[in-house]
Amino acid sequence: MKRLVLCLCLIAAPVFAVQPDEILDDPALEARARELSQGLRCLVCRNENIDDSSAQLARDLRLLVRERLVAGDTDEEAVAFIVDRYGEYVLLKPQSGGSNLILWGAGPLMLLLGGLIAVVYLRRRSRSVEGGDASLSDDEKARLREIMKN
Amino acid sequence: MGEIDVGPAGTAPYTWVMITELGHFALILAFVTACFQVVVPLYGAHKRWPGWMAAAEPAATLQFLLTAGAFASLTWAFLTSDFSLKLVTLNSHTAKPLLYKITGVWGNHEGSMLLWVLIVALFGGSVAWFGSNLPPSLKARVLAVQGMIGAAFFAFILFTSNPFLRLAVPPFDGNDLNPLLQDPGLAFHPPFLYLGYVGLSMTFSFAVAALIEGRVDAAWGRWVRPYTLAAWIFLTIGIGLGSWWAYYELGWGGFWFWDPVENASFMPWLIAAALLHSSIVVEKRESLKSWTVLLAIIAFGFSMVGAFITRSGIITSVHAFASDPERGVFLLAILAVFMLGALTLFAARANVMQAKGVFGLVSRESMLVINNILLGVSAFVVFTGTIWPLVAELFFDRKLSVGAPFFNMAFTPFMLLLGLILPVGAMLPWKRANLGRVIRQLRGAFVLAIAIGALAWALQTGRSALGPVGLFLAAWLVSGSAVDLWSRTGRGSGRLARLRRLPRADWGKSVAHGGLGITIAGIAGMMAWSVEDIRVVQPGEAFEVAGFTLSLDNVARVEGPNYISTMGEVSLRRGDSLINTLYPEKRIYPVAGMPTTEAAIDNGFLRDVYVVVGDPQGNGGWAIRTYYKPLANWIWGGAILMAFGGALSLSDRRYRVAAGSHKAAAVGVPAE
Repeated sequence: MKRLVLCLCLIAAPVFAVQPDEILDDPALEARARELSQGLRCLVCRNENIDDSSAQLARDLRLLVRERLVAGDTDEEAVAFIVDRYGEYVLLKPQSGGSNLILWGAGPLMLLLGGLIAVVYLRRRSRSVEGGDASLSDDEKARLREIMKN
Repeated sequence: MGEIDVGPAGTAPYTWVMITELGHFALILAFVTACFQVVVPLYGAHKRWPGWMAAAEPAATLQFLLTAGAFASLTWAFLTSDFSLKLVTLNSHTAKPLLYKITGVWGNHEGSMLLWVLIVALFGGSVAWFGSNLPPSLKARVLAVQGMIGAAFFAFILFTSNPFLRLAVPPFDGNDLNPLLQDPGLAFHPPFLYLGYVGLSMTFSFAVAALIEGRVDAAWGRWVRPYTLAAWIFLTIGIGLGSWWAYYELGWGGFWFWDPVENASFMPWLIAAALLHSSIVVEKRESLKSWTVLLAIIAFGFSMVGAFITRSGIITSVHAFASDPERGVFLLAILAVFMLGALTLFAARANVMQAKGVFGLVSRESMLVINNILLGVSAFVVFTGTIWPLVAELFFDRKLSVGAPFFNMAFTPFMLLLGLILPVGAMLPWKRANLGRVIRQLRGAFVLAIAIGALAWALQTGRSALGPVGLFLAAWLVSGSAVDLWSRTGRGSGRLARLRRLPRADWGKSVAHGGLGITIAGIAGMMAWSVEDIRVVQPGEAFEVAGFTLSLDNVARVEGPNYISTMGEVSLRRGDSLINTLYPEKRIYPVAGMPTTEAAIDNGFLRDVYVVVGDPQGNGGWAIRTYYKPLANWIWGGAILMAFGGALSLSDRRYRVAAGSHKAAAVGVPAE
């Protein structure tokens, strides 16, 4: 595997996402490698995962992931191995700890907040419906009076 | 494709040189006109001076004509390859096909900003030309606010991004347009997006003008709705084109990457969809007024955030072609001034907007409130994810990425909820509704959707819930829309005839909601059941993918107008019968020095077969990637349906901009 990495580094031409020679013989391991690759960022590209990227570095990372999986790492261990070396920047799905709680919590919190405001608002609007003759708005009442006059 | 060859620049006749200078001058005059359009009508409306208010109309027309002149002269410079213009040198080449010489005008930062102001002026002009039934003071104020937006962006162009700058020594040929942009899908992607972004400037102008005026009523809703609808339609088409382009051009069949620039167009789309629905409530029920005004402000805010993200390069991505801090700061200042100004005005005036219509907890109004919450929150999630890397680095000193896995997980649940409640909400009557009755009507649609989901679950090999849930939702939306439409035809005989005569707005609503279902089916099918095959193939060798037999018949070198291509010839067979011969390419654009891949796709109703040729391998073989993509075309088919539904609704007689608001005032809203 090392030799393969070395000789491929010598080819300067842009390589092209997952190459046929990278694919592992064991389909189960390969499927796991693909899955993991899709969650890892190509560090020299912008917003591309290593599975789709054609950069040389992405290829090196893909080979590294496969190397770890062949060596018997679990998915978590393989990812931890890469995060140790490249930092959390490499994760396309940010960790949920620390300040990232804000990121993960933003949607649900906003939903809760929006829901609460809406409930208060809707109940206020509907109470006036149930309050007898208030089922007509001021405008409608004025119109009704006008119609009754004629 | 034809070509206008004028020989090396510098030898161009004086009149042609003058055309560019005239364009530059027109742009400066347009800026001055826009400033006039702000001050005079605004003061006139304040003082109730009819002449001053009316001045807004010719100003808007003049501003549009001047901007159009500037744009035409830049287009002329591109057409004639006038390399004395720096912009043309940097983005064009004499060997470029004519179509891309034209689209090259907006395929760069300066030109695209000129297109942006052209559309601002066009929308402003449309109010001046067709707004004869608007109250004069409102019209003057709307045009003044639109003039403000125009003036800000004219200043941005003139001071930081002038497209008319000259080179002292013009070169003999240009640097060529980024080859990725030399593609029909991407060539027309920016104009549609801009029509959408800038369309929202119109709703912003209406919102601010109404706040100054202190009046938001049904007539206002009637005016805001068509502009929102038009903006949303354009955004839908623009986003669809961009995603379709990514699908066939980037070479692995992805259609959405949650790239900051994609998000920048998606957030205004979500907010515009929310605004579209809430302005219906304003128009029909005179409720949710302050919320709608707020949404209209936020929607344009997101458009400008989009411009800021794309143009400043602050969140760098493949799309960002301008990473000049000066521009970024200028845009941020525009964004800040407009948003702070509008929101302050909103805070000061929100109390004048008294809601009139009352409604029960179970009603169309309540469901539209939920719709707005879900769309608003999902836009907020996209926004948080997009700016989080920046926030984390600035405030928490963490360098991290937020990519597709986050968005798929954090965004999808809201869409799921929205899809679930949509058919019910669409059928509930206004004011006070009987939930049980609607549910009884939709029972058949629901059972059908469950059956389709269950069938998908049973037939698939994997255990992923994505595909079945997606198909369930799709079937629920499509059949729910059909039930909605059918239920409007009343009872008894002649229902088919009545179906045909239903108002276009009803049809538009059902078609657009059904289109959403179709898109969801496409996304789910493609994400859940795609098959991928990567291998080395010798010329003449055959291989199987997902029940198809493919063979690489030949690989040839082909020369295009401004590129050199390595073209494979792949025949696609099912059993023994030939379905199609595909020609995947790898191109090199020598001038720009960039390679691109051109996938070859066999399009089908239920699936695409997608072939990409890769690098030559040592043993004489070629790396070939083949994808089987189920329901791929449904994604864009659904987007087309959504846009078409919007257009149907826009063409409804009742909402035609100029059509009888005085009539509506006379008739009033019939009580239920």
